[in-house]
Amino acid sequence: MTVARFWREIPQRYNLVGTKCEVCGDVFFPPRAICPHCRRDGKIVPCQCSGKGKVLTYSVLSAASDQFSALKPYVLAIIELEEGTRVTSHLICEPEEVHIGMPVKSVFRVLDREGSDGIIHYGTKFVPDL
Amino acid sequence: MREVAVIGAGMTKFGERWDTSFRDLCTEAGIAALEDANVAGEQIDALFVGSMSAGRFVGQEHVGALVADYVGLGGDLHVPATRVEAACASGGLAFRQAVAAVSSGMSDVVIAAGVEKMTDVGDSTDVLAGAADREWESFAGATFPGLYAMIACDYMHKYGLTREQLAQVAVKNHFHGARNPFAHFQNEITQSTVMNSTLVASPLRLFDCSPVSDGAAVVVVCPLEKAREFTDTPIKVLASAQAGDTIALHDRPDFSTMGATVAAGNSAFRQAKLERKDIDFVEVHDCFTIAELCAIEDLGFVPKGTAGKFTEQGETQLGGKLPVNTSGGLKACGHPVGATGIKQIWEVVQQLRGEGGKRQVEGAEIGMTQNVGGTGATVVSHIFGRA
Ligand SMILES: CC(C)(COP(=O)(O)OP(=O)(O)OC[C@H]1O[C@@H](n2cnc3c(N)ncnc32)[C@H](O)[C@@H]1OP(=O)(O)O)[C@@H](O)C(=O)NCCC(=O)NCCS
Ligand SMILES: [Zn+2]
Repeated sequence: MTVARFWREIPQRYNLVGTKCEVCGDVFFPPRAICPHCRRDGKIVPCQCSGKGKVLTYSVLSAASDQFSALKPYVLAIIELEEGTRVTSHLICEPEEVHIGMPVKSVFRVLDREGSDGIIHYGTKFVPDL
Repeated sequence: MREVAVIGAGMTKFGERWDTSFRDLCTEAGIAALEDANVAGEQIDALFVGSMSAGRFVGQEHVGALVADYVGLGGDLHVPATRVEAACASGGLAFRQAVAAVSSGMSDVVIAAGVEKMTDVGDSTDVLAGAADREWESFAGATFPGLYAMIACDYMHKYGLTREQLAQVAVKNHFHGARNPFAHFQNEITQSTVMNSTLVASPLRLFDCSPVSDGAAVVVVCPLEKAREFTDTPIKVLASAQAGDTIALHDRPDFSTMGATVAAGNSAFRQAKLERKDIDFVEVHDCFTIAELCAIEDLGFVPKGTAGKFTEQGETQLGGKLPVNTSGGLKACGHPVGATGIKQIWEVVQQLRGEGGKRQVEGAEIGMTQNVGGTGATVVSHIFGRA
């Protein structure tokens, strides 16, 4: 990922800042600039997500693209945040531990490194909320 | 709106075609289709080419022009060529554009091609991940097997699908593939082959996945009223439907239901004025075993949660109530992504002409296709009948 492409979304990626439609109350993370329900009648404002949620579905990946190869096997999950929106994330836990309904919370982690002297991307991942 | 017919179809053998380039795959399938349709270059009005990611698989963009040029329609004839992209639904969508061009009256004889050359790139998993939301799924580590595995995890949790039932989808598709000389894999397998294969993304194993394949498929369409000038066995397009959904799987209300398949299927049945029971066989998008089960449910053939049992009882195999994927499906016939949607139509044409050989569906009169882009953000569905 180029510097600008990542930098552009640092507030969202570092701090789980999504958006909210003040008309229907829906929260969006990943953020949306247009509410898909209210469209132009909606009113979008920033919304800080708490980072707490639960696992809706998951998979343990034993094959990956080159970028994620070093993590194998890793848990990929769709997490529903307290605010009602869903996010796809790497879940840091033992493969045997994960289950549907598992409470999780967000953490700040290294996402990946572009080589030994390249940029390090940070962002949000999730861990079990014990 | 004019009625449209398919007058010719051709495909390459699908598989790891190390000796064949992107353009040579197109030429091979193109010549087969044109010979089948009895059409001369001068008669062709337009060409649509479905390709998901020629840019990343072989570093080539502008493939509409490239394909037209190398099948001999570019330089002398200047035939207009348009590339169409909707990830793994690129082929089905190219066909839909060809149908629209003919039914609108804008063109008469139109070619719809689909192609992908996938084995020239090292990291095909990353290229394919571009069919999902790159920013918010792929950058988080999602792969296609991973996304469909999360659908399978959700489905198994809700409906108690067994691992054996899921494996049976692959067993059945290899059984069909073994009867298709163009298939990537032509070997029969057993449930234990699937269940003992390596894990890719739990619960999906190697034999739950479609392979990385090279291949091309081409069909020719024209107005129904002119079809008999070219062939004695025209195949009529009874419905052409397309529907969309959210790009990311996490934004769907129910991971086990593809809303776009439901919408496209309903639209197709409305257009064709047909009932589910009128369909004799169907080619669906089984990029992973779980996707086939969701597809036959979401198209309305069986109630939600029962496709595993239906498959286990042999109803989706040749001779069953609803043969599914007689070509071998994406699992056994192979999945050169842009080519798959056209290959499904190629198979329907073989069956409706009674040219299905060892995999012929007895008395086949009406066939249907369902072609998915990504995890269901685009679905294209067609219904065909003998004219
Ligand atoms: C499943 C997958 C990761 C396997 O790739 P791989 O581990 O690199 O496999 P290889 O190419 O190294 O092949 C290893 C062996 O497995 C076989 N094989 C590969 N894919 C296979 C498949 N899907 N089913 C059965 N056998 C397969 C090969 O023929 C080869 O056999 P051999 O050793 O006898 O020659 C890959 O096929 C894949 O990514 N499939 C999904 C494609 C996809 O996502 N498509 C888009 C869907 S929307
Ligand atoms: Zn709203």
